[in-house]
Amino acid sequence: MNYEQLITESALADERFIIMTAENRALIRNIPNNPALANRFVDTGITEQTMIGMAAGLALRGRIPVVHALAAFLTMRAFEFIRTDVGIANLPVKLTGFIPGLLSDGNGPTHQAIEDVSIMRGIPGMQVFAPSDEEDMLLMLPAIWKSNYPAYTRANLIKPLYQHDKNFVIGKAEVVAEPSTVTFLVYGMLFNQVLQAKEILEAHGHSVGLVNMRSLKPVDEQIIIDAAKQSELVVIVEDHFKIGGLYSIVAEVLLKHQLTANVHSISLQHKWFKAARLSEVLEHEDFTPKKIAAQTILALESTSKVKI
Amino acid sequence: MNSDELKQLKHLALLVRENIIKLSTDGGCFTGASLSCADLFVFLYQRFLNVTKDNLNDPLRDYLFLSKGHDVPALYGLFAEIGFIEKSRLENHLKANDHIYWHPNTNIPGVEFHSGSLGHLPSVAMGVALDCKLKNQRNKVVVVTGDGELNEGSVWEAALVTAAHKLDNLIWIVDRNYFQANVATEELIPLNSIKDKFEAFGWNTIDVDGHDFEKLDEAFSNLPLANRKPTIVVAHTVRGKGLPSIERRADRWFCNFTREEVNALLGELHENKMAELNSETLVVR
Repeated sequence: MNYEQLITESALADERFIIMTAENRALIRNIPNNPALANRFVDTGITEQTMIGMAAGLALRGRIPVVHALAAFLTMRAFEFIRTDVGIANLPVKLTGFIPGLLSDGNGPTHQAIEDVSIMRGIPGMQVFAPSDEEDMLLMLPAIWKSNYPAYTRANLIKPLYQHDKNFVIGKAEVVAEPSTVTFLVYGMLFNQVLQAKEILEAHGHSVGLVNMRSLKPVDEQIIIDAAKQSELVVIVEDHFKIGGLYSIVAEVLLKHQLTANVHSISLQHKWFKAARLSEVLEHEDFTPKKIAAQTILALESTSKVKI
Repeated sequence: MNSDELKQLKHLALLVRENIIKLSTDGGCFTGASLSCADLFVFLYQRFLNVTKDNLNDPLRDYLFLSKGHDVPALYGLFAEIGFIEKSRLENHLKANDHIYWHPNTNIPGVEFHSGSLGHLPSVAMGVALDCKLKNQRNKVVVVTGDGELNEGSVWEAALVTAAHKLDNLIWIVDRNYFQANVATEELIPLNSIKDKFEAFGWNTIDVDGHDFEKLDEAFSNLPLANRKPTIVVAHTVRGKGLPSIERRADRWFCNFTREEVNALLGELHENKMAELNSETLVVR
């Protein structure tokens, strides 16, 4: 099963689905050739705003539009249309952002969606999801498309290194290893890197928790609370600016529950990343398993546990 | 259209203008812009659209999307007269206990979608028109924009894409009053011939006097055309139409008059007696 097969199956089973794109067909290239779906495939050309406005109109008539564009152009070029036409009316338009975060590899800053989580979660009613790999994405999408809310999903075609929990529930994280001395909170394509960093740390005798966040809005508050209470150090890893992403989400949750914790952020801080092949980017931006493990050990060493 | 029907339309338009003027105090509203499309709305809802207070949720009704949202006093004023809303609700203008404010919202029966940010509803209307086509339904889908609104790039995207998708059930009306916010359109970003521009984009195009009910009737009598092209109607109008003291004035877009001035304007509407207006003109954009 891949994304295209899933959306084909979903659309064949439910007449409400309309598959839309602003001339980004990477995930859905064969849909227009499927006679049963050709009239529910809409390519608006390179017009992200128009695609979103049109999706809102279709949703007004009871459709479930699933729209596709590069994550940067979808969430930013069309932002005001998403906020105003989809958000204010709270219409079930499903946004699939292609090559989010580090996945834009060699494209450069114009294509880097590394503030997308921040701006999408600021829209009332909008749900935000970041699967950790292709399999995780396919496990998550049926529930996302079934929900009555607008939703933004960071598309992710990375091959899985981990067999995921098949039960995806909106607002629930996947706990790969229960919170421990060090607990990683991670989402999206960096999950695989963290999974390997965990092994390195364990080989060094550390006890490591690992959480695949999956659903960033609504977020699994309980797992964040558990991680804060049970860990000496919480490490948040994200291919996103430090502002507005998971680091901010965790801060909001801890503040809400009058908690604090030792938290280390491994993120893009506040800069564009170096454009290159993905493996080069991971190395250059310090997101390889080795570098994540090394940063974690440093952070652990400088941690003096403070708890309320 | 016989003379009785014409008389009725003119009378209804007069009532709508009264309502717009009455909304132009205690906080005010976009008076000049609303007066330019009052006749258009009267014509559309009385003579063209299959929309009544009894079919507002029927998927087979026609749709009107008001993209130049600041003209909504003309819709409120009409909806109060044709029973979509209680007339008394107009007194709730800008009060927190109702939803009668400067831009349209779907809490008002008859408003199909909210607007206010310009250049949005051509694409929303396109989505609705496409769904009607997919379901083989013959609804007409009308979207009304301003002429100043045509500055927005999204409008031209929508113009391209609507033609590409051959949505001949979509009719786009431009309220061509030659003003945008506080400036004459041709002095700021000249539009020249809107008809020619849309013709070049592959649309059916019609120019019409937006205040002449008989000419509107003639222009709309064959719409929508089903020749796989959408249609644009450039309705030539006058900002502030019906009130010579504020007609064609860049500075009478948004008006917040005193109660006395409102009474003087109502007098002007009925008796052609020029009102004396001393209220400061407002630049709100």
